[in-house]
Amino acid sequence: MNNLELLTFARGTALDWSLALCCAGIVLRLFETLGLGRQADLAMPRQGGPGSGWRTIVTRSLPPPGMFQRDALTYVAGYVFHLGLFAIVVLFVPHIQLIRGVIGVSWPGLSSPLVDALTVATLAALLALLLHRLSHPVKRMLSGFEDYLSWLLTVLPLLTGYLAYHHLLLEYTLMLAVHILSVELLLVCLPFTKLFHAVSLFLARWYTGDAYARRGTAA
Amino acid sequence: MVQGKISSPLPGTVGEGLARRGVSRREFLRFCTTLASLMALPPAMAQTLAQAISKARRQSVIWLSFQECTGCTESITRSHSPTLENLIFDLISLDYHHTLQAASAAAAEEAREQAMKDNAGKYLLVVDGSVPLANPGFSTIAGISNHDMLVETAQGAAAIVAVGSCAAFGGLPRAKPNPTGAVAVGDIIKDKPIINVPGCPPIPVVMTGVLAHFLTFGGIPELDPLGRPKAFYGETIHDHCYRRPFYDQGKFADTFDDHGARHGWCLYKLGCKGPVTYNACATLKWNEGTSFPIQSGHGCLGCSEPNFWDAGNFYQALSMPVTPVQGAVGAAAAAGAAAGVAVTWHNRTKKAAAKAAHATLSVQDLKK
Repeated sequence: MNNLELLTFARGTALDWSLALCCAGIVLRLFETLGLGRQADLAMPRQGGPGSGWRTIVTRSLPPPGMFQRDALTYVAGYVFHLGLFAIVVLFVPHIQLIRGVIGVSWPGLSSPLVDALTVATLAALLALLLHRLSHPVKRMLSGFEDYLSWLLTVLPLLTGYLAYHHLLLEYTLMLAVHILSVELLLVCLPFTKLFHAVSLFLARWYTGDAYARRGTAA
Repeated sequence: MVQGKISSPLPGTVGEGLARRGVSRREFLRFCTTLASLMALPPAMAQTLAQAISKARRQSVIWLSFQECTGCTESITRSHSPTLENLIFDLISLDYHHTLQAASAAAAEEAREQAMKDNAGKYLLVVDGSVPLANPGFSTIAGISNHDMLVETAQGAAAIVAVGSCAAFGGLPRAKPNPTGAVAVGDIIKDKPIINVPGCPPIPVVMTGVLAHFLTFGGIPELDPLGRPKAFYGETIHDHCYRRPFYDQGKFADTFDDHGARHGWCLYKLGCKGPVTYNACATLKWNEGTSFPIQSGHGCLGCSEPNFWDAGNFYQALSMPVTPVQGAVGAAAAAGAAAGVAVTWHNRTKKAAAKAAHATLSVQDLKK
């Protein structure tokens, strides 16, 4: 198999299977989670409290008072990494074309050098977070194999995309194929690892916020 | 002279032949400087090139055409005519080329056999077209199958130049489902140096450059892993495309006649395969350096890459799926939902069983 054939495989069969597994996995996990059900809360909900399911979805992304000062690195790098990754995925023109090819909608993208700069910032943030995780005793104690796996699965598409764009390390066609395959690995693993938080965080936050709101407190 | 030779009789060296045709030394040096530049050689090498080519004996060339469309021959013989490149081409001894030679039938084959005999071990074999292996009768010349003619002629060749994507990689005949069992020259001949000059068709001056390199250095140029001369196939079309700044700025044509297309914006969204295509179209161009496909408003098809025909829709961006994914995703969602229902049923059953098995403890029980 030559490089172009590998790229064609990545854009064809591998993409079909990875999207299918990702989609099936997400639907399965959602059914599994929602199907568990909850015991009915028979108490009268409190009115006018500070809590809300929808509000919690947003507020959980903001640092609680004092926390930013205690661990600025985690917050700054966390924001840079998540927002950077989001922008790279949905605002790089080739990615928009991929989305158009899958769901048929598209929108204007950013210039390539800007996305390139965001990639560098995102990779730097991810590296800082890894080093912090390894050097901070509490974080290190809390971290398990899946945390490092999730980090690796997230870094690989960014790194290979950067290397492909700059024609580094491998021949471009091969690196582009490796980049697409790394994204497909991420897609396959997403529903079955901690990466599923990309989907489940909205459900979890809403549920937590709503449950607290019924008791008259903010989550 | 063997009956059926195409070139007029020009005994002696290439330099003598050029002088006879009225090509000045200045013109020849300019050509050699261009060649040196094309082949990424230092400028000082132009003089060496000129001396080597001038003194070279006319190189015997046998050109075999198999499963092909003659586009490669059209490209090489017509596109640059009548420039100096063509004169150089003419000044080789093209001893067999069944499209161009006047002779036919037995006389034509006799020309090939005579050239093979007279120049055993020295002649250059040029091949265009793929070789069918599914059935020898799919493509024959004078009753000889392409496979047998290739094997026989390659035996005495100094080197082989596989011209065009069909000879280099199998090309269009090899496209799925490959009904003729087409293969490339390199799939059959393993014991001779092979230079792949792919393209559908290849750029004429690339062919001339490869030939000049062979005449000058007596060997094959530096090749990439696909057997292509690095001097011409070392960079992607995208890297040297004049529309590249628009790619960097995020300016793309969405259709072939919109504002972006009229202003020369990048054709990536319209399926241009320039980013993964290694060729010199963007620098050497075609028709005496006039233009190339992207300059005339159409994206690159990637014709100098192996199996480009099966590498997805020509008019879809390189990042788009090769085949529609909606069906697979829909089926997967349904399968996921079915599995989810099954898992939910299992969990609920387990939960109900646990609930049923739960024994209520009283304070008295705890005091026991």
